[in-house]
Amino acid sequence: MQRLRVRYAKRGRLRFTSHRDISRAVERAVRRAGIPVAYSAGFSPHPKISYAGAAPTGVASEAEYLEIGVTTPCDPRQVKTDLDGSLPPGLDVLDVVEAGPGALADRLEVSEWEVRLPGADREHAEEAVQKFLAAGHVEVERLTKKGPRRFDAREAVLRLTVPEGTGRTAAQVPGQSCVILRMVVRHMTPAVRPDDVLTGLRLVADFAPPVPPEVTRLAQGPLDAGTGALADPLDLDRDTTRGGEAGPAGEHVAG
Amino acid sequence: MTAESIFPRLEPLLPKVQKPIQYVGGELNSTVKEWDSADVRWALMYPDAYEVGLPNQGVAILYEILNELPATLAERTYAVWPDLEALMRAEGVPQFTVDAHRPVRAFDVFGVSFSTELGYTNMLTALDLAGIPLVAAERGDDDPIVLAGGHAAFNPEPIADFLDAAVLGDGEQIAIAITEVIREWKDEGRPGGRDELLMRLAESGGVYVPRFYDVDYHPDGRIKRVAPNRPDVPWRVHKHTVMDLDEWPYPKKPLVPLAETVHERFSVEIFRGCTRGCRFCQAGMITRPVRERSITTVGAMVKQGIEESGFNEVGLLSLSSADHSEIGDLAKGLADRYEGTNTSLSLPSTRVDAFNIDLANEFSRNGRRSGLTFAPEGGSERMRKVINKMVTEEDLIRTVTAAYSQGWRQVKLYFMCGLPTETDEDVLGIADLAKKVIKAGREATGSRDIRCTVSIGGFVPKPHTPFQWAGQADHETVDRRLKALRDSLRRDKEYGRAIGYRYHDGKPSIVEGLLSRGDRRVGAVIRAVWEDGGRFDGWSEHFSYERWMAAAERAGVDVDWYTTREREENEVLPWDHLDAGLDREWLWQDWQDAVSGGEVEDCRWTPCYDCGVCPTMGTEIQIGPTGRKLLPLTVV
Repeated sequence: MQRLRVRYAKRGRLRFTSHRDISRAVERAVRRAGIPVAYSAGFSPHPKISYAGAAPTGVASEAEYLEIGVTTPCDPRQVKTDLDGSLPPGLDVLDVVEAGPGALADRLEVSEWEVRLPGADREHAEEAVQKFLAAGHVEVERLTKKGPRRFDAREAVLRLTVPEGTGRTAAQVPGQSCVILRMVVRHMTPAVRPDDVLTGLRLVADFAPPVPPEVTRLAQGPLDAGTGALADPLDLDRDTTRGGEAGPAGEHVAG
Repeated sequence: MTAESIFPRLEPLLPKVQKPIQYVGGELNSTVKEWDSADVRWALMYPDAYEVGLPNQGVAILYEILNELPATLAERTYAVWPDLEALMRAEGVPQFTVDAHRPVRAFDVFGVSFSTELGYTNMLTALDLAGIPLVAAERGDDDPIVLAGGHAAFNPEPIADFLDAAVLGDGEQIAIAITEVIREWKDEGRPGGRDELLMRLAESGGVYVPRFYDVDYHPDGRIKRVAPNRPDVPWRVHKHTVMDLDEWPYPKKPLVPLAETVHERFSVEIFRGCTRGCRFCQAGMITRPVRERSITTVGAMVKQGIEESGFNEVGLLSLSSADHSEIGDLAKGLADRYEGTNTSLSLPSTRVDAFNIDLANEFSRNGRRSGLTFAPEGGSERMRKVINKMVTEEDLIRTVTAAYSQGWRQVKLYFMCGLPTETDEDVLGIADLAKKVIKAGREATGSRDIRCTVSIGGFVPKPHTPFQWAGQADHETVDRRLKALRDSLRRDKEYGRAIGYRYHDGKPSIVEGLLSRGDRRVGAVIRAVWEDGGRFDGWSEHFSYERWMAAAERAGVDVDWYTTREREENEVLPWDHLDAGLDREWLWQDWQDAVSGGEVEDCRWTPCYDCGVCPTMGTEIQIGPTGRKLLPLTVV
């Protein structure tokens, strides 16, 4: 069975979709697009579509991944066009490759996040980041379905910066400043999410943004041990599968 | 008022609420038009949460039809949950449409579709958030016309103070007609303001404008008279009936939500109306006569709907779907067409009839085999005669035996409690019936691995039915019988564990009864409940019986008088001036027949029994067979 690996984005107001919302939308889009998706056997057949580490509800992403099993071999470029055309605008297909050996999930070692904080104070943010990075351990609490859970938010954070410049955000009031945080966070258990890092910033320096942050996942992938850069997790599939012409050059996102 | 999108103000609130996706719109097949491209604009509301409202067929059909009209636009709005309501109030964000996030108050018409009376408080929340005065008489020329439709609009009296207008019956043609009246009035420069527009609508006889009718009462509280208070307003307002459903094949492009909703499927109405004559069933009485959609139109609608939506389930809707004259060919044709595509078909509302097992087998060929549901409604033969549900115990046992022996493992049985003339024994009869069902199933299959679930709800007498005069059972009686039934099922060592039991307590039915058969004086109760925080009354976690009773007491409304009191033949009922086509004398005679055990056949197959609808409304029964078959299609 051919398996196709899909990188897609969740943008704008569609960042409010939950993982379940996306899986329903993808199943329907696959049907509309006429992609010959394989179904599981049994009493209640399900399409063979699997998802790797979905971004939380309310968080936008430029780098979500899923895998589709198909019954007849498909041209990944055609699937990219057809699937993108069938998904609602805001769920956008960015890349499709035929899967090579190895599990995709194993390659998604780290995520790079951008956190926009409209109305936040830049100097305060920089001070909080310094204190956070200087700390060896920042224990935070998050309310999970199983109740409150305490864990360290510091260890997973490989990089955390306050880059220059401010961008426009959806909620931004004209004339209001916007602080941007960039972070590279290792995938661990329990998962450390950008809001956990923000909780950490509040704990170490009493830094609290005035309105809800706008979070975007920019990239996911393996970490190059040598350069420290984040690599495109689909490059390995492009290298190993037949007809695997070099796709869009692997986006190496520097931290 | 400005119609600019409020989304920039809404967006910062969304990370703080549950299921924010329900408020962002962007559904596949939704329509956003330029505001200035239209001169008549409708905001359509289903007054419940998005997850319940989005799949509603009535709103979906009107949304599509209105958006197809030139220079007309329609957008949708739903009830917001209390978490977002609080934030909207704090930030001054008005009730908005999900399509273009425009404020509801900017539209010409605010149309609310009521399938149930329990949405009334949610309408008040929406009006208030929209900045539209709750009381119709206080609205100005800049406010939309607040218009009610749906089955509950056949007695809109309890919400008469909050409505500018109401429409009875099928909405397709009257929505277009209303649009044209508004367009003409606006083109002429809005002569006479809001009052004249309402007069133009009322004069047509097809739109009920409550303020143009005065209600007088007897000293004992009964209604003395309902009469127009101006010339040219008709004494009675008539319901609308769309003839030839093949001419109205909507929805064509089903809305596909991102959020999870209660029905995740493409639904097609295969016919409207039902003449089975079940006396408790308001839908069956007010949607007469039966009008079938032809097998070929249904086939074409299913094809287009599946292609446009990507849904993997098709629902063939009606009040009794197995009664379509070509249901067998339709089931087989669709099952053949979608063989191997994991597209399942479902047939809600089936009667107790062995033929339906064959249908169910066809329907489950390509997808999940879910449970089978039948609705005997009454537990004893006597009870079923009273409600004119002509199903014998023998029919039921034969049907479930066929189901079990063909591999179905689970059968659901629906009943009602609190029916007119009901005794404790009638309800306990449900336990006997369920035990016989399991016994027959075990004998037929040689297996103990079969189940049946008894689901039972409280009966509420509804306007425009033979039971409109009946006294509703009080909730203590209903609860006592439900508990006795539960005990009887649980006690049984041989069968008890194979029988599931689901029931609702009797209190919500009393509130539903108050709202169903209430008059204008009940409006004060609705408003008081809403002011006291009443929201989402159809949801048990939000509903508060105590809040309703306290509000009724403050408003001086005697709930028993409206619910458990039996009415006399000559009492003027609050909805007598609203014409569903049913002959009042026939309804009364049918009520008398009910008490004495007389049955009525279905007029599709037996001579007309003069219910009055066809001659009054100028309609006729439209049924097949057409003799045509579904052609196989090439399926991707």
